[in-house]
Amino acid sequence: MRYLPKSQSDRETMLREIGAKSIDDLFAAIPAEYRVKGDLDIPRSYAEGEIVDFFRQRATESAQGYATFLGAGAYSHYRPLVIDSLISRGEFFTAYTPYQPEIAQGTLQSIFEFQSMICELTGMDVANASMYDGSTGAAEALMMAARVTGRSKSAVAATVHPEYREVITTYARYQGMPVSTFGCAKNGRVDLDTLALAIDDDTAGVLIQSPNFFGTIEDVAAIAEIAHDKGALLIVSIAEAISLGIVKPPAEADIVSMEAQSFGVPLGFGGPYCGVMATRERFVRQMPGRLVGEARDRNGKRGFVLTLATREQHIRREKATSNICTNQGLMALMCGIFMTVYGREGLKELATQNLAKAHYAAEQFKKSGATLLFEGAPRFNEFVIETKTDPYAINDKLLGQRIIGGFPLKKFYPELSNASLWCCTETTAKASIDAAAKEVAL
Amino acid sequence: MNLNEKIRKATTHISQNEGLIFEKSSPGKKGYKLPPLDVPEVDPAELLGEQAREDLGQMPEVSEIEIIRHYTRISTWNYAVDHGMYPLGSCTMKYNARVNEYVARLTGLAEAHPYQPERVTQGALRILQMLSEQLIEITGMDAITLQPAAGAHGELTGILMVRAYLESRGNPRKKILIPDSAHGTNPATAAMAGYAVENLKSNAAGMVDMASLEAQVNDDVAALMLTNPNTLGVFEQEIHKIADVLHAKGALMYMDGANMNALVGKVRPGDFGADVMHLNLHKTFSTPHGGGGPGSGPVACKKILEPFLPTPVVITKKDGTLGFDYNRPQSVGRVRMFYGNFGMHVRALAYIMANGPEGLRLTTEDAVLNANYIRKKLEGIYDLPYSTPTMHEVVFSDRLQTPKGVKTGDIAKRLIDYGFHPYTVSFPLVVHGALMIEPTESESKEELDLFIDAMKSIAEEAEQHPEIIAEAPHNTRISRLDETMAARKPVLRWKPPAAAAGK
Ligand SMILES: Cc1ncc(COP(=O)(O)O)c(C=O)c1O
Repeated sequence: MRYLPKSQSDRETMLREIGAKSIDDLFAAIPAEYRVKGDLDIPRSYAEGEIVDFFRQRATESAQGYATFLGAGAYSHYRPLVIDSLISRGEFFTAYTPYQPEIAQGTLQSIFEFQSMICELTGMDVANASMYDGSTGAAEALMMAARVTGRSKSAVAATVHPEYREVITTYARYQGMPVSTFGCAKNGRVDLDTLALAIDDDTAGVLIQSPNFFGTIEDVAAIAEIAHDKGALLIVSIAEAISLGIVKPPAEADIVSMEAQSFGVPLGFGGPYCGVMATRERFVRQMPGRLVGEARDRNGKRGFVLTLATREQHIRREKATSNICTNQGLMALMCGIFMTVYGREGLKELATQNLAKAHYAAEQFKKSGATLLFEGAPRFNEFVIETKTDPYAINDKLLGQRIIGGFPLKKFYPELSNASLWCCTETTAKASIDAAAKEVAL
Repeated sequence: MNLNEKIRKATTHISQNEGLIFEKSSPGKKGYKLPPLDVPEVDPAELLGEQAREDLGQMPEVSEIEIIRHYTRISTWNYAVDHGMYPLGSCTMKYNARVNEYVARLTGLAEAHPYQPERVTQGALRILQMLSEQLIEITGMDAITLQPAAGAHGELTGILMVRAYLESRGNPRKKILIPDSAHGTNPATAAMAGYAVENLKSNAAGMVDMASLEAQVNDDVAALMLTNPNTLGVFEQEIHKIADVLHAKGALMYMDGANMNALVGKVRPGDFGADVMHLNLHKTFSTPHGGGGPGSGPVACKKILEPFLPTPVVITKKDGTLGFDYNRPQSVGRVRMFYGNFGMHVRALAYIMANGPEGLRLTTEDAVLNANYIRKKLEGIYDLPYSTPTMHEVVFSDRLQTPKGVKTGDIAKRLIDYGFHPYTVSFPLVVHGALMIEPTESESKEELDLFIDAMKSIAEEAEQHPEIIAEAPHNTRISRLDETMAARKPVLRWKPPAAAAGK
């Protein structure tokens, strides 16, 4: 086996030194009746070239090279090549969690920079080193709000990503955390009246997403006022991180729970992605996940360490803020590099291109006869249209042109039966938009 | 005296200094170029109104070469598996094969959107199905979900499934039994799933104490969360009796599969009585740890628990194509959006394919051989609190060194000077001053001998020059950091010097 650095004679020497007659002696603790007899029933060992061929074949069966109008929580953005070049350094990707800071400063400093950039973009004071993804991050943010406020209920907007809401349902069920839902107005924004009704004196956290699942940018300040009036925390979930380049940060929020996949993480059929949580300094001791902080060594030299670990499972066990241990470290590094590449001007320029493409597409679709839903509030790079025909039928036609159409919303919102959610990014070509505009006319 | 005299594996070398990226930034530098816009330009202020953002504050502005140098320089400050032995117990720091990285980046797989139509996604679905089938065979279980993002997330999924199963039979019960040697995620998970945690004592051999178990299992116990081999590297020899005791009282056995690297191809948890377990693909199945993540924590279970698996699951449809089944009324629900950390699934499957059945078995054998070799060579030099047979990792204590004031954490720091990453320090909690060493199969005899020499040499230093160890590491860029101050006055983000000095 090519990954194993031992010759048969090494093995024999080592066994002899241990005083074992055969390797089976070392497995004597396993009761004989349970030992596997013979081989596991899995395929034979493959050569490297065969493995490459196998996966190349699977890749060609996965819509390789298609244009896509899908967003809905996973976004197709160009990934600068320096990202993979840098994260492919073994020093980064074959290292463990930086528990020994003297030989992990590379990881620690990169996370410190990541935390700093997330704070800058979200308007929060502190950000953690990552969560699994946006969905679990949102669930954990609600649990954090319960710890901070000592209250038990949650209120969640119906315009939060439906799969995030499913995860929240799973997590909340056994936390003793009742979850109520509030809907949106005709313009796609949270309906402030229903919101007020969904919050009471026992509501710990109010969760919204902005831009929301329909692409609409929420009036965070107005929502924050209502939540804060009742003593609840406002949690803003951000699924499309690029929006932060051009959309006002949710500075009125108490917790921002982000999915940072758009910052250079490949679509990868849904994962691994990069959740991250940011909050106010006064809430930091209730925040889940790892945190990197600045420290000094004996000679006064600056370095970085994992800190405030008394929140975490390895110290606090059942009293920890979360059970999270392994996080999405390498994805946070990808995001950090992406944010550095684009930086202060580039993120703005990039976000503006997204805005322009989506705006053009929405206009073209409207001209073709599709109805634009949720007009009257600002959007970023996604929009909802209603068509005369079933969106699945439209998508079938587009698929023949190697274009993946928008996301049919009836999967999650049966009442929106002929509506679909379309996303345009800087990678969406005008030609694809024009081709799609023809089909949505039908 | 020469501090570095006995150090064979490493020497010091020039290491570049590098500030924070923000400190290299200046207005107008660029590391990007966007293509020309092929649609009409828009005015964000007009489209977004008061939601438009003016400025991105302190975000860096740097050029491409500076970015490459920045991250390359700081990367050289890390120790990694690619440098050498990384004997962190419980973490299984094995070689991360390059073919895994290559295939995970193939365009069709790396760019597949989770909502693209199933009919044009058969390749990705096939990968999920194949990995599922092979992990089921390896664990001896009946069904699996690949959705959980890491081990702890798998634990939560598995315990929620236990809960849903018990609930379907009328009573979810109240508590989870957890041995005192367990990893911190186990009790934290039980709490998140709404259970009380009850501690279970180990016996003198480091195994579950059968008498305590029998006394503690009652109608309130939902499950035992058991790591096998446990965190002492000891196989629970009475594993089937443990399962019988639980099952007789209607409780289930959850197995934390973090230590499957000791078992793959030799014994299957499904055969010895586990009802539900998680795997850590980032340990046993070689997906890289990435400086903290991502991981992947599939949960495998017996038939009785299958209806409770998270949605969706991959199925073969009537027409023979693959697809997702969302219609699972008894499911615990979703634990993560989409289908899990697919990129890790690709890598794990590539690892299994490279090994085949013989390779997997030999891998396990080498992992256990390496741990036993270290044990044999260091026994007596370091205190071995449990003499029970060792599987893939061995746990010593610092009892012989503490009279000189040298503790496990100090020995760990001195190992850094010797060119090694330390072992896991102070875990498991049942061993006072633990040194938890897991070499994995990826170490050659030469590398192991270097490690053993280093550990012996440090033990000698502990006798003769304990002050060297107390102040280690000596050869790193920075010395020990003041973690107490870092926690007392946390600085968790960079601020421009003026702002940091207090506005
Ligand atoms: C025994 C044991 N259980 C559970 C875990 C948690 O796994 P993860 O870090 O993938 O969440 C770990 C590793 O960290 C472990 O060693």
